[in-house]
Amino acid sequence: MKLFEHEAKALGVNFNLPLPRSSLTSTADEAREAAKKLGKTCVIKAQVPVSGRGKAGGIRFASTPEEAYQIAKMLLGGDVKGEKISKLLVEERIPSKKELYLGLTVDRSKLCYSMLASTEGGVDIEEVSEKTPQKIVRRDINPLSGLREYEAREIALKLGYTGRQLLELASIILKVYRIAVACDGELVETNPLIETPEGEFVAADLRILIDDSSLFRHPELQKRVMEITEELKTLEMKAGEKRLAYIELEGEIGVVGNGAGLVMATLDMIKQYGGKPANFCDIGGGASSERVSDAIEIVLSNEKVKILLVNILGGITRCDEVAKGILAVRERIGVIKPMVIRLFGTNDEVGRRMLVEAGIESFDSMENAAKKAVELASKG
Amino acid sequence: MTILIDSDTKAIVQGITGNQGSFHTKLMLDYGTRIVAGVTPGKGGLKVEGVPVYDTVNEALDEHEADASIIFVPAPVVRDAVLEAIGSGLKLVVIITEAVPMKDAMEFLWEAKRSSVRIIGPNTPGVITPNECKLGIMPSHVFKKGKVGVVSRSGTLTYEVSAGLTQSGLGQSTCLGLGGDALVGLTFVEALEMFKNDRETDAVALIGEIGGNAEELAAEYIKTTGYAKPVVAYVVGRSAPAGKRMGHAGAIIMGRSGTAESKIKAFESVGVDIAEMPNDVARILRERLE
Repeated sequence: MKLFEHEAKALGVNFNLPLPRSSLTSTADEAREAAKKLGKTCVIKAQVPVSGRGKAGGIRFASTPEEAYQIAKMLLGGDVKGEKISKLLVEERIPSKKELYLGLTVDRSKLCYSMLASTEGGVDIEEVSEKTPQKIVRRDINPLSGLREYEAREIALKLGYTGRQLLELASIILKVYRIAVACDGELVETNPLIETPEGEFVAADLRILIDDSSLFRHPELQKRVMEITEELKTLEMKAGEKRLAYIELEGEIGVVGNGAGLVMATLDMIKQYGGKPANFCDIGGGASSERVSDAIEIVLSNEKVKILLVNILGGITRCDEVAKGILAVRERIGVIKPMVIRLFGTNDEVGRRMLVEAGIESFDSMENAAKKAVELASKG
Repeated sequence: MTILIDSDTKAIVQGITGNQGSFHTKLMLDYGTRIVAGVTPGKGGLKVEGVPVYDTVNEALDEHEADASIIFVPAPVVRDAVLEAIGSGLKLVVIITEAVPMKDAMEFLWEAKRSSVRIIGPNTPGVITPNECKLGIMPSHVFKKGKVGVVSRSGTLTYEVSAGLTQSGLGQSTCLGLGGDALVGLTFVEALEMFKNDRETDAVALIGEIGGNAEELAAEYIKTTGYAKPVVAYVVGRSAPAGKRMGHAGAIIMGRSGTAESKIKAFESVGVDIAEMPNDVARILRERLE
């Protein structure tokens, strides 16, 4: 789950992270007031949960309150990379001598948090790591002992800081780590972390990604997920409420299957045969007929879908139960789009017979079913 | 000899009284797996499918001999269940539960390493050695004793590939799922190492997916060790968009890393055969083994 910048910074305040003064606004008038209060050049930042906002025009500078008003008016209601802007953070502009990068990420092969730091901040860190890996200081953190204070000092020293600045930077590094541990961060990143001409450090941006699997112990965040769900009911969210893994793609062949790997394989296969999948939808293991119906209904409510491909390999999932779900949803919503069904495994013969009797074509091989779906889709 | 488990393996089930736990305990017993005890805190004294239930792992091990544990408890308590299994001296732990918080996984995976305990999963379908032992939730009818070791990051796709191997007459020596979460115990490299030393295994089918770099590390291992047994790799997620979790918590392309292309390229560069479709795995292996 991606936090908005203002939410991340509110968390940062609790940990005494040095941050710019700012206020959150949702109208142009509020933005003017906020700029007046800050009393100098300010930065107006669109609150959207995407990276690369600056390049996409979501971050602007205003030298007067009036300018802040004009910019806010222009930004509010617009979008950045497809994300609607409903709130702006009006922030004091921090003078910069140098821009640093500081990020805590999860290293999947070492199975631990890893702290990355660089004096080449303010840009895409992946690019820095590809072109000049020597400019990144990296420290893996033992999860059984946590990040020690001396380790934080070692990172600061490696970045080239000494004296008071070394201690200051080490304390910021520790705070970033503590934020991640406290809120189950998958990523806690400040980029840029600005070094001012006076030698102070300020986290101009703060990006936090929360591990979705940990939301059960962060009820306040889970509540926010629910609130958003009420506001914007996309298909992905509707599917989420039914605990179906659904992701919308560009094509016209709707896909439902059981198991993440099998569904990914189905999408790949459709592409291989020259078709375009419209979505990813995994009903998981042991699905009931209702669950199958729900999944098909969600997939078909995407208007781009011309044809439906259901790919089931029965294990715990029973093919007759799947067939029942397919027939039920056809009854319920009166499906007129063509369907291609692949049933293989537990009770597949019963399931296929049920479909044949209802005039629905079914296959036992995944390749043949995918081929057929692509063929039908190309006929339009 | 097969890898990880065989007909002598004795196991306990943690979370045996839950829906999933009791259902799969029955199926594992039906398959012939020696489930000697179950554990659910607060439910000691019950029986599930004739298997005695205890409050703690230590208590179960006082009464029964066991080598392994299979865990079905809900995600919020997985960390504690795994640490309990490690603390009780069990050397193999299979975690079926999915979506375990990363912070918890880091802790028990490091603890396991320190205590030389093998962890499989979380979010794994488990391990099966056909005709001998099943420590997992896979549909047993698709497997048949044979010569191919299967190691995979996905459940149903393992069944799909295994069904192909069974149909072609090759069968499987041992099949194991590494797990779909982002942080998991056993790796492709470790599985390849075990299959290398296993006399029952003539070839390996490796099923990877987007996210992380476990496949790239496997390719590197195959190159540096000059791996002698034929390996076929099938990698899914070529059509997955970046930044989206494709069903599994671990199946996500982050920025530019973890793409299917990178994994396929890594395998091709070390001479591993690539299957374009699930059925190609059996076809290619038949050619290699002739």
